[in-house]
Amino acid sequence: MTATTSGQVISDRQQLAYIASQAADARVNVELETEGMTLNIGPQHPATHGTLRIIARLDGEQVIWAEPSAGYMHRGYEKLTEVRSFPQVTALINRIDWLGSFANEVPFILAAEKLMGIEAPPRAQYIRTILFELSRIANVTLFLGDLGVQLGAITPVFFAFRDREYALNLIEAATGGRFHPNFDRIGGLKDDLPKGWIDEAKATMKKMKQFCDTIEDLLFGNEIFQIRTRGIGVIPKDVAMSYGLSGANARASGIDWDLRRDQTLPMAWDKADWKVITHPAGDSFARCWVRLQETREACSIVEQLVDNIPAGPIMAKVPRIVKVPEGEAWVSTENPLGEMGYYVVSKGDTGPFRVKIRSASFNNISITPWLLKGVFVPDIITILASLYFILGDIDR
Amino acid sequence: MLATLPYWGVSLIRILGGIVAVLLPAGSIVYIFLFKMMSFMQSRLGPMEAGPYGSMQLFAEVGKWLQKEDLAPDGADKRLFKMAPLIVLASTFLLVAVVPFGPDAWFTNFEAGVFYALAVSSVSVLGILMAGWSSANKYSLMGGLRAAGQLIAYELPMVLAVIGVVIQAGTMNLQQIVVKQNNDKIFGLHFLGNPYILTQFVGFIVFMIAVQAELTQTPFDMPIAESELVSGYMTEYSGFRFLIFFIGEFATAGVFALIASALFLGGWGVPFSWFGWHNIGDVANWMNVVGPLIMFVKMMIVVFLIMWVRFSFPRFREDQLQRFAWKVLIPIALANIMLTAILKVAF
Amino acid sequence: MAKPKVPGMFKGLGITFNTLVDTLKNGAATVQYPHEKESPPVRARGVIALREDNCTSCMLCARSCPDWCIYIEGHKELAPPRRAGGKPRGVNKLDRFDIDYALCMYCGICVEVCPFDALFWSPEYEYSEPKIADLLHDKTKLGEWMETVPEAPELESGALKGKK
Repeated sequence: MTATTSGQVISDRQQLAYIASQAADARVNVELETEGMTLNIGPQHPATHGTLRIIARLDGEQVIWAEPSAGYMHRGYEKLTEVRSFPQVTALINRIDWLGSFANEVPFILAAEKLMGIEAPPRAQYIRTILFELSRIANVTLFLGDLGVQLGAITPVFFAFRDREYALNLIEAATGGRFHPNFDRIGGLKDDLPKGWIDEAKATMKKMKQFCDTIEDLLFGNEIFQIRTRGIGVIPKDVAMSYGLSGANARASGIDWDLRRDQTLPMAWDKADWKVITHPAGDSFARCWVRLQETREACSIVEQLVDNIPAGPIMAKVPRIVKVPEGEAWVSTENPLGEMGYYVVSKGDTGPFRVKIRSASFNNISITPWLLKGVFVPDIITILASLYFILGDIDR
Repeated sequence: MLATLPYWGVSLIRILGGIVAVLLPAGSIVYIFLFKMMSFMQSRLGPMEAGPYGSMQLFAEVGKWLQKEDLAPDGADKRLFKMAPLIVLASTFLLVAVVPFGPDAWFTNFEAGVFYALAVSSVSVLGILMAGWSSANKYSLMGGLRAAGQLIAYELPMVLAVIGVVIQAGTMNLQQIVVKQNNDKIFGLHFLGNPYILTQFVGFIVFMIAVQAELTQTPFDMPIAESELVSGYMTEYSGFRFLIFFIGEFATAGVFALIASALFLGGWGVPFSWFGWHNIGDVANWMNVVGPLIMFVKMMIVVFLIMWVRFSFPRFREDQLQRFAWKVLIPIALANIMLTAILKVAF
Repeated sequence: MAKPKVPGMFKGLGITFNTLVDTLKNGAATVQYPHEKESPPVRARGVIALREDNCTSCMLCARSCPDWCIYIEGHKELAPPRRAGGKPRGVNKLDRFDIDYALCMYCGICVEVCPFDALFWSPEYEYSEPKIADLLHDKTKLGEWMETVPEAPELESGALKGKK
């Protein structure tokens, strides 16, 4: 760790990369010049979870400059929300982070409820929290499997797809939609849980914990995995903060910050006993490890909450046609990918006047130009995999 | 039986046998291991529709590939591009030529067999490098360069691992190595013969790791690396040229497994003492039929190990892979050679 | 840590091998789709069924659809009076009720918003078509789906009864 003249703290490796890039520039006029190569990783590439494009300038296998180029899947959700009513918006924003879609609805609905000055009944809060954590499990499960694929191990991803199905079945049994539940309503939830769901949830949580063990043994314990991820892509705490990282990426850099705990929302997280996982290392391994442990925590949150769901209604008293009073509200929650928030401006209409969506992945990948400097090509893939973004969440 | 045939007849049988020895293992490896074992390890069933239990799937895939257009990228060096897969496949055929399958069931039987096998196995590097370079694709180029670095680096531990066997057998003729293994004794015990996996266990491990790298199977699949290089040197190939690469990959796996079983597992033979044989002249004629079957079983076991590792492990990074070859495998192999030489002289 | 440490690589090999044995013994986790089928949960949003008699062509569903994939046309008709000697009633007759499943995003807002219980979810999912135009289901086809609509499931304990 050294400080440059501009006061920015960079690691040794990055300084070396900086020197290498300077040297590469200096060689331009020298007779024996080595020509760099610009490599386009994406938009169509098996490792980018969609259509992210990374423009990397290589010297041999080493990256001397890299920049992500997002926007290949921009769908204009912020604009779309302006011409939709509130119930329609929840159906749309399901598709932002498509792997943990229920979690996308919650902050938006909470913002709308905040504007209306109502709060969902406790039963709805509990069920919301359970479904929120289930979507986190479904989301991170796929990450854990996909991680293997990015590193060349093909088996974990099939385990992930197999076991994620159990979580998705739960979500589907409750909401009717496997990926896009559209279950949250202003003032509560669309429907109550079907009979037998709680027992099924408990059984599933056991399976998911088993899955975590399997992945830990199959992938995290593997020495090759460890040498591929430990010490690679290190993000120091202050850099993580200055780039606005959130979620597991921030916690893996030692930032003890979790919106589920640090914020009082009308949700049931404070009713369960769980802990925020942090890791001091800040490397790829830490990011993966934090996510693995968080999945376990999420399982235990669900297990604790399903036993204590209070009886009562699931909808507060709201008119059939919702009109949100004039005002502005900002609500953010700790989504599977990090902090996700909605700034909702309402002019008293059935739909929002303007919505600003703060999605976690967009900020999380903003660090890539800094992070990818000086790494090798194979490490681009592991670092991107460990940052864990979803294209829908970047481009919206 | 072979003695009664004219020379050209024998040659024809041997050529046919060579084709069978390459394609049959390749096909069965793809079906048993790639389709079925991998699927079972991932708790799914694999192809089930084509034929009973999907056993005709391979033919369906071959049919599909043969129908496809023979494409070459615009910027490619067309002649090299089209030649490269053939060179890779040719090295497999050259390699199988020295493998003995029975007392008389061999393709060629010459003194420097091991030396020839190791030399010929590196011909495929040439094909891969040509494929990577001529594709006019950055990913292919990187894949080709990685392959060249890796295959050359792992050639060395492989050679060194085999030297232990050669020292112990005192010959480089694969046929005689097999005979030695079945006719020898360990510590005076005659029952098992002396399969060199017992005495050359370290050599076997080093050899298998090197084979894994030579075959670019998973912990060492940097040149292909689907998630990084989009299949590396094979990126631009389609249709039957890709098919040839594909056959080449698995046929080479089979042939290397054959060589490994000839070198370390006793090859086609059963311990001679079981039937009261004393040297190769005593071996009954039916071994020419049973030998290939024994060989096939042993090959399947070795390939099972290769594939098992392939389906369970993530991959190394290029520099870690090189470091592993030069700093770990080669010293171990050298120490093994020294130890073998000392013991050979001592006993 | 009392237990002996197994190198992670061998643990990984063990896991894949155990799965191999498990699949051979107990069968795979997958379902061989066209031969065997999974039954989706009762609430699964598979296809929308229409009870034509209940529909008054009020257009609420068409208006609340986020991607406007419901097409409704109707006209008023005079029906015979309920009581003898009464005035003929005006009844809304449905001429056309189409849902374009090529556009539908299965959000379920139309089903929820319908005030007369004319739309229902059915968990049926096998209606893919080789031609995209065939995904436009007209009212007879939507009516046929009514047979597959299941009873609403019982609710978990603690839920308020009698509320939709």
